[in-house]
Amino acid sequence: MRRVFRLYESTIGKKIVMAVTGVLLVGFVVAHMAGNLKMYAGQEKMDHYGEFLREFAAPVLGHGGFLWVARAILLLAVAAHIRSAILLTRQSQAARDVGYKVTTRRESNYASLSMRWGGVFLAAFIVLHILHFTTGHIHPTFEHGAPYANVVAGFTVWWTAALYILAMIPLGLHLYHGTWSMLQTLGANHPRYNHLRRKIALAVALIVVVGNISFPVAVLTGLIK
Amino acid sequence: MSETMKLVLNVWRQPDATTKGDFERFEIPDVSPDMSFLEMLDVLNERLTQKGQETIAFDHDCREGICGTCGIVINGVPHGPQKLTTTCQLHMRKFKDGDELWLEPWRSTAFPVIKDLVVDRSSFDRIIQAGGFISVGAGSAPDANAIPIGKEVAEQAMDAAACIGCGACVAACPNASAMLFTAAKVGHLGLLPQGQPERYERVQKMVATMDNENFGACTNHAECEASCPKGISIDFIAMMNRDLLKGAVQHPIELD
Repeated sequence: MRRVFRLYESTIGKKIVMAVTGVLLVGFVVAHMAGNLKMYAGQEKMDHYGEFLREFAAPVLGHGGFLWVARAILLLAVAAHIRSAILLTRQSQAARDVGYKVTTRRESNYASLSMRWGGVFLAAFIVLHILHFTTGHIHPTFEHGAPYANVVAGFTVWWTAALYILAMIPLGLHLYHGTWSMLQTLGANHPRYNHLRRKIALAVALIVVVGNISFPVAVLTGLIK
Repeated sequence: MSETMKLVLNVWRQPDATTKGDFERFEIPDVSPDMSFLEMLDVLNERLTQKGQETIAFDHDCREGICGTCGIVINGVPHGPQKLTTTCQLHMRKFKDGDELWLEPWRSTAFPVIKDLVVDRSSFDRIIQAGGFISVGAGSAPDANAIPIGKEVAEQAMDAAACIGCGACVAACPNASAMLFTAAKVGHLGLLPQGQPERYERVQKMVATMDNENFGACTNHAECEASCPKGISIDFIAMMNRDLLKGAVQHPIELD
């Protein structure tokens, strides 16, 4: 029987799903960090920013509609990202039925080797993060619509701040290898610019990690109160 | 004459594809640093024959690094510690007196062990059969330089064409993926004008065959590039990914 080549059934097609959803998720974490920099502009500006996100495109989508559209897209992206990761991991595990007695790594690094477990950890962290700052279920003094006060109160608990800081290690590693992988999978390849790909990946990872770590540090040191 | 070395070899022994294998330990007291790695195994096999024991099976042919037949994983590295070198071109002076070495075959479901260190790489042949060719009119040989090809393109195509199909990329890959091999073949033909008519059909057919042969999925570790005796760059993988995306979207083909 003849059949048509279907991209999504092939290994590379699944990797393209990883990469395209990766573009969305990398874009989200960068924007998420950048938006939160409003914390440094003071309570009024930060709360106003939260309100702005709820009111964005409200005439079309209704109050809070934009946020729900964004959440739906991100949730779909995360689901597709995880599904492809599981399928590809299973394929790769089946591809070496007998393992090596001795393994020597030459080019792979902590970032590339921690993608799978790092991803599992990040998924768990994202669930906690949403329960903490979005729904407030595990937040001591959560108040809806008051992001500034919620962040300050949340990070005043030292071990919560520490957990957030620690979680940035797997995020940074995942972003570094993920961004570089994304460029490689989508075929961003030109002799003149290839040397930039690792640097772009490192810059994305560093900007997000340093920005995010600054929030709990600012609360703990009293810079934000 | 240079001094000899004492080496301990732990060699994977497996009588056939279906029987379970294990390591066998050999001590060689007098390895010359001037021997090639395969000559060292030849000497060991000579002695095993004299003692009436089963010799170690390993692949080899040209012994000058161009045929792609040899290949042993030495202490976790395909083709051993020297970069850009096949096992046959590796010399014992790269090792030290008293070293203990672990010799394993390429480990991949797509490369079943035939015997000891010999694996069946016909899965690579099937990837080539799927599209690793060009169609040209038969007849007398065309004039040299009848088709002008830019120097840079010719060089890049040659870099990919340097692939000898040894399989070290698959052996080195933590995912046992054949992306570098397939990308080298797709790339060297896809870059040249002679390869253009089948360019987007070829990449789909070769990738579909690669998937059917149970190779793993690339996660961009770049271990393949580090172990490739011809130094083929993973940039060719990015090139193949882009060709596949374009081909599958613009010219999806029917598979047999």
